[in-house]
Parts: sequence; structure tokens; C-alpha cells
Amino acid sequence: MSAPVAPSVDRAGHPHGRMPRGRDAVEAAAVVALVARARRRPLRRVRLVIAGLVVATGAVVLARVLLGEYTVTLVDFVHILRGETIEAAPGASFIVMEAKLPRALIGALAGAAFGAAGAMFQTTLRNPLASPDIIGISLGASAAAVVALTFFDAQGFVVPLAALAGALAVSLVMYLVARGTSFAGQRMVLVGIGIAALLASVIQFVMTRTSIQDAQAALVWLTGSLNRASWPLIGLLALGIAVLVPALAVNVRRMRLAELGDELSTTLGSPASGARLGLLLAVALSAFATAATGPISFVAFLAGPISRRLTGGRPSLWAAALVGAVIVVASDYLGDYLIPDVNLPVGVVTGALGAPLMLAVVISAGRHGKA
Amino acid sequence: MTPHHTPDAAVTPLRGGADQSPMPALRTFGLSLAYDGHTVVDDLDLEVQRGAVTAIVGPNGCGKSTVLRGLSRLLKPVSGEVLLSAAVSESSGGSGKPVPLRDVWSMRAKEFARRVALLPQTPPVPEGITVVDLVGRGRHPHHSLVRRWSEADDEAIAVAMRVTDTLELAERHVEELSGGQRQRVWIALTLAQDTDVILLDEPTTYLDVAHQIDVLDLLVELNRRRGTTIVMVLHDLNLAARYADQVVALRGGRLVAQGRPADVVDEAFVRSVFGLESRVITDPVAGTPLVIPASRDQLIGPTS
Repeated sequence: MSAPVAPSVDRAGHPHGRMPRGRDAVEAAAVVALVARARRRPLRRVRLVIAGLVVATGAVVLARVLLGEYTVTLVDFVHILRGETIEAAPGASFIVMEAKLPRALIGALAGAAFGAAGAMFQTTLRNPLASPDIIGISLGASAAAVVALTFFDAQGFVVPLAALAGALAVSLVMYLVARGTSFAGQRMVLVGIGIAALLASVIQFVMTRTSIQDAQAALVWLTGSLNRASWPLIGLLALGIAVLVPALAVNVRRMRLAELGDELSTTLGSPASGARLGLLLAVALSAFATAATGPISFVAFLAGPISRRLTGGRPSLWAAALVGAVIVVASDYLGDYLIPDVNLPVGVVTGALGAPLMLAVVISAGRHGKA
Repeated sequence: MTPHHTPDAAVTPLRGGADQSPMPALRTFGLSLAYDGHTVVDDLDLEVQRGAVTAIVGPNGCGKSTVLRGLSRLLKPVSGEVLLSAAVSESSGGSGKPVPLRDVWSMRAKEFARRVALLPQTPPVPEGITVVDLVGRGRHPHHSLVRRWSEADDEAIAVAMRVTDTLELAERHVEELSGGQRQRVWIALTLAQDTDVILLDEPTTYLDVAHQIDVLDLLVELNRRRGTTIVMVLHDLNLAARYADQVVALRGGRLVAQGRPADVVDEAFVRSVFGLESRVITDPVAGTPLVIPASRDQLIGPTS
């Protein structure tokens, strides 16, 4: 039998000198430089897109605060932020600090959370339909909030806390059912869709059993709006984001491996269970956002595809988060002023704009052959 | 089953004996693998020689791919063990001392990933990914929270892409590539992983005959130049006989034969593994056994 070929090179992690054809070092260095350039070019585009989106997010938030029926100049806004009162308009401080600014901030935070969560789901599960609004997270929050509003006459801060508990309970059930099975990620989605159907019927049942007033309050909650924006709510959401986003950032590399499928991901040293941890973080993130604003349809769903269009196909959680923030704040602004004297909740606007956009995404994805 | 077999030993000295080759890269002892309680591989003693090309052959559903899953830690054994030899740099380098073998399940995931790479049959292609980015993901086992991207990674990618002749595809999107190009890119990813063992599950599937030869030539070249141990599942017995140093034949989850193609591949072998009547001649190009399958009831044949 043929003797095993002895390894001719040191293979303790030193790629130097391992150029197989023995070419000269200059050429090898040129190839390495070529690789490094090719690798960095898409990264540079992603960074540019993220920088642009940061500016865009700042711009819509500022527009939301300064413009509208009650306009504030930038100079006055800075004064108000410093805690000074504007002599010409003593009420301006209250309007900005208690209505306009919280509304813009909660929109940006919730939008970012929805966007990041949606992108994490779509990328990790390699399924554009896998978004927290479709797999029951939002419905878990909704069902809990509706029950709290109608059966327990919950007021104020209790509702978002109930919604948070509901969303987290749903994600826990999904995780426990899918745990330890093969294709657990896909199973999580299927379980989530089942739970969503169940919870939708719970909401229907509650709505038929309750008074008109309670049902109306519940309906407003179910549409998703920024009307309930308040500093404590912003605090809750910001806390959730501050805890979850760094954890999610650590998971981004796992997400990149999960894209290669369970098998390669595992043999590259990142077992699939690690990617599911990332999913759980995404679920928690969207639970916090839903608790604060109610379900805002299509944001989680669309932020990923839109951001990928901007980055040239490369998924980026940060770009998706910023796209989500822009969508929610801009939609809320539109909802206020699109139709005179009608104040549309943000969820109505994102739903109305989102459905055609989603069709556009599906159609263009089909054209490019990568639906 | 080997009598002096110690299931839980993390470090086991090489079992001595004239019947064993000097340096196994991977060994299994009494390996049984199952899906949901259904046994697919039963009591398998397998020896993968270091620095050799091993082809696993057998009929559909015989457990070929499952063995690969067992070797690559994708499937936890029901019983038995999978042992990996120490890395070349750690071992005694031909001084005759026994090479320590480690239970692969005692290793950390990334540590194992720096030793053994697997190319699954049809891994999903991430959306919008460029070739260089995909190849670069093979560097993950060499990274940690503190040790991120370095020049060594770019160098490893450059080597992998140069060997697989994919450098000019560097900035192309993987989705746009042809099947043959794509397979080269996947192989580049496993090379960037920089392991001394590469496992491949049917690397020639969906490729036309020219690209099949292309991929197998590439793998053998890697093996000859770098001493990379290669284990591949192949369904084409003739290609296996031509390219492998060692053929492992399975049937019904059990080992039927193991050895050099010239020694094991004959008409009785084909009958016992595939249940097929055949003639085995010498491949006029490679000098290896060439299986000419017979047809049932002489449905085809030279018309006289």
C-alpha cells in the first residue's frame, strides 16, 4: 500500500511558506493584498450605509420633534433640552419634553428593536418569512395586553409589563418545544405560527366578551401606536435595548455562521444551539418593543430586506435596526399629517405602506432569482 | 470490537500491532450511530490513515454520510468512540513513539474545528455573499472574542483561493457562480479552515464529468502537496477506486471491506456491497480497478 504522504510543511497555523507552488514572496503578498481589498470593499459599503442611516435617523427624529402643527426652532429645542424655558412660548417646553420628544424617541427605539430582531430572524433561519410578527411574539404581547386591559382593567405601566410577560412566555414555549431537535430553528418558526393562531383566537374571544369601551382600548393597543410614549416607557425600552443589543452584537458572528447551515456552522466550531441563543435575544428584543408600542406591523419584516438592498446584499443588524427606526418615526409623522384632522396610529401607516412594499420585495427578489 | 477498548479515555495510546498502519488520523471503535433510536451505523471499526485519501462507498442508505457525521461530531455516537490523532506538530514526528489519540467528544468545538473540516453535500449559500467573504468564514475556528481578524487570516484565505483557482472570483456573488465554481469555493472555505483532516460528503454531486475530475484532481493534489488527510463519501465506485488510497465499503451500516482499491475492488466485492453483477477490469488510464456493471437479463449488449 502507498505510504502516507508526509506533510511537507509546518501546519501549526503558519500559512507563511505554505504557498503550494513555491512562488516568490512578492507575488504572494500581492495576492494577500488582493484578498484583503476584496474582503474589505463590501464592509466599507456597509459602514457607509450605516453612517448614512445614522444621519437619516437623526434627521427624522429631529424633524418629528421640530416640525408639524407645532413647530419649534432648533435653537429653542436646544434651550428646552438644557431645561431653560422659552419666554415667547412658555408651553413649548411641555409640548416638546412630554409629547414630541418622547414620541420620536420611542418610535426610533422600538423601530430599531423591531428591525434588528427581524433581520436576526431572517438571516439566522435563512427564511424571509421568519419575522417576530409572524411567529407569534407580537401576538403573545397582544393577547396578554388585551387580557390585562379588559379583564383586569389594567392602567398605565401594567399593560406594557403584561405585554412583555406575554411575549417572553411565547418565546419560552417556542424554545422549549424546539429545543434539542434537529432543524430546531425551523421548528421554532412552525411552533410560533401555531401559537400565533391560538393567541389570535384568544384575542377574538376576549373581544367578544368585553364591553365596547374596553374593546376599543384593546383595539387601539392592537394597532400599535406611539400615543402611549412616556419617559418611564422609554426607560423600560432603553433598558431592554441596552442589555440585549450588546449580547446580540456578540452573536453576530454566530449569525454569520448559522447562515451556512447547521452542519457547517457546527463543524466550524459554533454549534447550532449558539445561533438559537441569538434568536432568543432577538425575540426578547422584539418583546420589549412590542410592550412599549404594541405590534407595529411589517417593520421587523421589511427592515432586513430594505437594509440589504442598501448594503448590496450583505445583511447587517445595525443597518436593519436603523432602517426600522427611520420607518417607524417617518410613518408616525405621516400618520399625523397625511390626512388632515385624522390622526392615524403608526401601525396603520406601516401596514398600509408595508403591504405594497412587501410585494415589491417579493417581486424583485423573484426577478433576481433569490427569493 | 477491540478488547482493550476504553470508552471514556480522553487520551489513548495507539494500539500497537502489525495489523495496523503506522499512523491513523481518525479511528473509530465500535461506533454506532442512530437517528431517533433507529440505528444507521452499527459497531463500526474504521481506520483512516493519516495523509491518505480515503473514499467511503456503498449503496444508497448504507450510512456513508452518517459515518461522516459521526467523524465530524455532528452526530453523537450511541456507543463506541471516535478518536483523532494528535496534530502533526504535537506528535513525535516519525521518532516511532506512539501517537496519542483523543476522543473527539472530549475536545472543545473550536479546537476540533481547527483539526477537522467538513464539507456537507449541499450547504446553503448565504444571501448576497461574495466569494472572499464566504471563504473567510472558514477562519472562524481561529478566532476568539479577543483574537479577531488578522493578517494571518487574509494569508490563509489567499492560499486557499489560490489553490482552488478561485482568486479571480473573489468579489463575485456566490449565487451567480456555476456549480463547478461553487464547489471550488466551498472547498476553498474548508481549506481556509486550515485543518489537517478534511471530510467531504459527495463532493462531486451535481457536477458534470469534467468538473467531477477537476474537483477530485484538486483534492488529491492537496493531499499530495500538503499531506492533508482526505475522507470523502463517493457514490461513483470507479472514481473512488481511481482516486482513493483506501476504500471503505459499507452495507446496511456495517463495514464490508476496507483496504487499497487494487486489493479489495473485484467482482465479489461489487456483488457483496452493491448486489450487482459486474466485470472488473484494469482502468486503462489510471491502472486501478474499473467496474463494468452487468445488465439484468442482457437487456443491452453488442448486437451481432
